[in-house]
Amino acid sequence: MSNQGVGATHEAIEAVWRIESARLIGGLVRTVRDLALAEDLAQEALLVALERWPAIGIPENPSAWLMATARNRATDQARWRTMRGRKHDQLEQEASALPATPDLEAAMDEGVGDDLLRLMLVACHPVLSMDARVALTLRLLGGLTTAEIARAFLAPEPTIAQRIVRAKRTLAEARVPFEVPRGAELSPRLSSVLEVVYLVFNEGYTATKGDDWTRPELCEEALRLGRILAELAPHDAEVHGLLALMELHASRLRARVGPSGEPILLLDQDRSRWDQLLVRRGLAALARAEALKQPLGPYALQAAIAGCHARARTAAETDWNRIVALYDGLAELTRSPVVELNRAVAVSMAYGPAAGLEIVDALVNEPALASYHLLPSVRGDFLAKLGRDLEARAEFERAAALAQNVRERELLLARARERRNGTPGAC
Amino acid sequence: MRVMVFVPGDQNSEAGKLPSQELIAKMMKFNEELVKAGVMLAGDGLTPTSKAKRVRFSGPQRTVVDGPFAESKEIIAGYWIWQVRSMDEAVEWLKRAPFDGGVEVTIRPAFEPEDFGKELTPELCARGERLRAEVERQRGP
Repeated sequence: MSNQGVGATHEAIEAVWRIESARLIGGLVRTVRDLALAEDLAQEALLVALERWPAIGIPENPSAWLMATARNRATDQARWRTMRGRKHDQLEQEASALPATPDLEAAMDEGVGDDLLRLMLVACHPVLSMDARVALTLRLLGGLTTAEIARAFLAPEPTIAQRIVRAKRTLAEARVPFEVPRGAELSPRLSSVLEVVYLVFNEGYTATKGDDWTRPELCEEALRLGRILAELAPHDAEVHGLLALMELHASRLRARVGPSGEPILLLDQDRSRWDQLLVRRGLAALARAEALKQPLGPYALQAAIAGCHARARTAAETDWNRIVALYDGLAELTRSPVVELNRAVAVSMAYGPAAGLEIVDALVNEPALASYHLLPSVRGDFLAKLGRDLEARAEFERAAALAQNVRERELLLARARERRNGTPGAC
Repeated sequence: MRVMVFVPGDQNSEAGKLPSQELIAKMMKFNEELVKAGVMLAGDGLTPTSKAKRVRFSGPQRTVVDGPFAESKEIIAGYWIWQVRSMDEAVEWLKRAPFDGGVEVTIRPAFEPEDFGKELTPELCARGERLRAEVERQRGP
């Protein structure tokens, strides 16, 4: 038998905090209409819990306990400020507007969804920089400490702390309203939230910097936020689209790195190592996005492409025609040269290298891709398949010169050498 | 981390009796909370072991045994798969479940790829096996 008697361990209190903090802060923001104050009150409630729970144990209803404690703190603060003769009866009013204990649970249950959504929209408000949105979201919605956020993003802790303080000040100065927009106004605000969640996911998914261990944690955090969001805003197809995209990508996490840490491309992955639970969840989220009968946005389209790969039991069974159609839609929507390059690859898989080359040739003078090694790499691949060895070799050499990653560069140089020796490369 | 939560069965679940309306409602609310928090990945209630089958392995032989399995101490009547940040979080969630009557519900964490070390892929597992075999051989008689 371990320490599961009356008293609560520090770890258990932290676990409760992570479950409750977003709802608590969200409920406080609704009433005090001040993000910084709401977070301070919530933090004070946590301190009281850390002081008392080790002795009395975790209360039966921790969320009501924390809310009542925060509410008492608000009242105390208002009184203290009044005593100092400062004009803060406003705070007193705000504190008394907080639900009193008996109705607390019902009052909180009722507003929880809106409270959380409001908190997400505020944390991801367009008035904030992307860095600030990410830090504030992980802090307020994820319940992560400043130290944990700093570790995940390989930034010094004071930098993150300052970023959060400044973000809260910016929100206050900009007088960002706390209303949850309805109908047509909600969607653009949600897209700012989706952008933040996807950035957190990608930070975890593609190891742009740092040790591998930060990766899965950030992916899981982003997935959790995406899953919460899908419940909060179930009528937005892009919310389900992003969740589907993340679930499907995460399903391949285990299969995309080889024995010595080298990346394994999608078509070469051992599909038996894909996480079937996440595949199923991803396809279900995609089905929900499609069932809303809205025109598919960029996330849903990317998820649909990922879904085509997930459904194919072997790489050879991939439905490239469908993928091309989806890329057509995505390219039209985003007008992104990178998407266009991906479309070219899909087209080559469906209709042969000549058709792919036609698209890539139109991209050769695209300034945005001028130093993007994948452009000459893809073009070289098409040329090689068409037997135009001399041109292919030049493209592979050009790609190698542009590649940042050593392993990738070696691979490209090897392909260039194959052309020189006249041996057909494995494609 | 991913955990699996095992809910044990009892005489009632084995008899195919459904829980009371009240308990079902409470359980639905609990599940809803898990979903809203982004914690629940999957979950199911399981039918009585009278509908179950077992396959016994012995050398090349496979023997199929039909349920019910009265002799087994731990009959599983349901499970959840949760995504949580820690076992502490899993425990705190489970404490909120509407169980009663001395029932004991078990949480078990699944292995994560990191548990094997990031280097340990199937290829390396195979190599490890070969190495062990080699050591065994050298130790010899």
